[in-house]
Amino acid sequence: MKLQRKNMLRASALGALVVSGALVLTACGSDDNTKTGDGATKAAAPAAGDIKCEGAKGKLLASGSSAQKNAVDLWVKNYMAACSGVEVNYKSSSSGEGIVAFNQGTVGFAGSDSALKPEQVEESKKICTGGQGIDLPMVGGPIALGFNVAGVDKLNLDAATIANIFNDKIKKWDDEAIKKLNPGVTLPSTAIQHFHRSEDSGTTENLGKYLKATAGDAWPYEAAKKWPAPGGLGASGSSGVATQVKQVDGAIGYFELSYASAQGIKTVDLNTGAAAPVKATGENASKAIAAAKIAGTGSDLALKLDYTTKAEGAYPIVLVTYEVVCDKGNKAETLPTVKSFLNYTASDAGQKVLLENGYAPIPAEINAKVREVVNSLS
Amino acid sequence: MASTTPTQIDTAPPVSTSKRSTGRAGDKIFAGLSKGSGILLLVIMASIAVFLTYRASIALSKNEGNFLTTFDWNASANPPVFGIAVLLFGTVVSSIIAMVIAVPIAVGIALFISHYAPRRLAAPIAYVVDLLAAVPSIIYGIWGALFLVPQLAGLNLWLDEYLGWTYVFDKTQVGVARSLFTVGILLAIMILPIVTSVSREVFLQVPRMNEEAALALGATRWEVIRMSVLPFGRSGVISASMLGLGRALGETMAVATVLSPSFLISGHILDPGGGTFAQNIAAKFDEANEFGRDALIASGLVLFLLTLLVNGAARLIIARRKDFSGANA
Repeated sequence: MKLQRKNMLRASALGALVVSGALVLTACGSDDNTKTGDGATKAAAPAAGDIKCEGAKGKLLASGSSAQKNAVDLWVKNYMAACSGVEVNYKSSSSGEGIVAFNQGTVGFAGSDSALKPEQVEESKKICTGGQGIDLPMVGGPIALGFNVAGVDKLNLDAATIANIFNDKIKKWDDEAIKKLNPGVTLPSTAIQHFHRSEDSGTTENLGKYLKATAGDAWPYEAAKKWPAPGGLGASGSSGVATQVKQVDGAIGYFELSYASAQGIKTVDLNTGAAAPVKATGENASKAIAAAKIAGTGSDLALKLDYTTKAEGAYPIVLVTYEVVCDKGNKAETLPTVKSFLNYTASDAGQKVLLENGYAPIPAEINAKVREVVNSLS
Repeated sequence: MASTTPTQIDTAPPVSTSKRSTGRAGDKIFAGLSKGSGILLLVIMASIAVFLTYRASIALSKNEGNFLTTFDWNASANPPVFGIAVLLFGTVVSSIIAMVIAVPIAVGIALFISHYAPRRLAAPIAYVVDLLAAVPSIIYGIWGALFLVPQLAGLNLWLDEYLGWTYVFDKTQVGVARSLFTVGILLAIMILPIVTSVSREVFLQVPRMNEEAALALGATRWEVIRMSVLPFGRSGVISASMLGLGRALGETMAVATVLSPSFLISGHILDPGGGTFAQNIAAKFDEANEFGRDALIASGLVLFLLTLLVNGAARLIIARRKDFSGANA
């Protein structure tokens, strides 16, 4: 009897597992926000011709930022289709983890949401014999501000107002400051519930950099991966924030654009001082990245973004993710593969994949420099 | 629960003179294997403890804040500043809420299954409750964030309106119910199965004689439960609760998905904010640098100590009550 019951239990536990497993899978499915399927087919077309496999062989391990995961996955797919016998394996975890792995010498390159810090460069010298870790800007992307206010389809905000909203200074949607930016829009008096990432994140850091640079006194906090302001609500992951914004009336939150399109969340048009408010799109983000200057020295191409740009149609809340490699002293067995792979990702064909998938390509001039550096790696 | 005594082996019929008998060699090998497993366990435990303490001590030696009183967690920054006060508070408060809700309900369910429900009903109910334990915690988290949190808006308003004067239930911030209170409710649901099933087993072990004696004295069913079942099962219920508490203290994903964390201590449990050890580790680990991870390990050690303390306290209580009841933990 007892034995029988145990079996029954086991069987139904298995059933429950299957059901919940399916739930998890669907949950993941809805998080997977780029159209991987058709993106891949679109991108597969130009394949072989643009990819030079010379010398590439064996297995290349890489790890890091999840923000560029979808882009890297597509690149890897195209690349491996063109170069037989080569395996590129990008483990998407987080920028921090990627850099730790890079500085331990376990990966060929790392993906990171922000450029290496001085102490990380110092540490990298142990791994890069005779050289050091450098940043190569590879993937751009707009960070959208998604909102959910009943009856409002279009919302314009400027930096100071965004800062005041996220700083608890503006508490209602019909605040004068918001009304002034949105003439002709009827705003309800719903309380504002602003959502941020509850875990440390490069997305938070990049929004922080934008607000720090543009909002003046309204945003007194230093940009950091940890959300700095005291109020508001936290949710974990971009998908968590997007889900909350979708669910809660009166909510506003920030996440990569692809999450907004995936869940059909309306995004804020940014009043940058240009003639018309700017929509959050891949093209507009690229225009803003074009205003960036290279801040790195030597072969390091870390970018200094111009957040205050007023260029027409430039959306300045952007995230630029880097690939981190050694300028000299890369491991001999992976060097040819790293060069060949990054040459493809920085090529026009490689960058074109980005635009088709909700990311923003790196502007051509910067891109040319990236290719130059990639070719000089040793 | 019930321990088998080694004397049973002696009374077993002598091994038949089978030609396949492994004899002394088999005996020795088995003894060696089991001894080895025992030693291996100790070695593993010891090396984990050494590793954790070592990494934690690195973090503690460089902390610019006060590990016990700082209300912040910036361990990956330079200089690192972090403290566990908020985490300790949040962990304890959410677990207490969970226990206050779960234990009475669990004891009720257990009594219903063991003493009230008709046999036909008892088995399926016990089975459904056990099934709750098979749900992975991330599912509880997703369910909590998508369903429970919006559903609790009304309850929160009601509590704020009528019990707001107690301070604890005063809701001072606008915002959805991503609070320690909601986390407590979710944890209560998660620990319900373990508390229920252990309590049920204990209640079923109450000697039939005791119950029948009470009945013979003219006791009603409630009096039987009060006079013979509950005193007998008390220590069992306590250890069941401690098992549940252990899960509540260490729960990670469900809390991380539901709670809106902040590094402030607030007695208003309906307000979003606060944090727990496990949730903080989950939230900070990904982007932490080497040193930040050491700091998280240090916080994990505190959770370990907290669990140890709670378990020790429970054992003390059980030991003191052992004389009065038949069940031992």
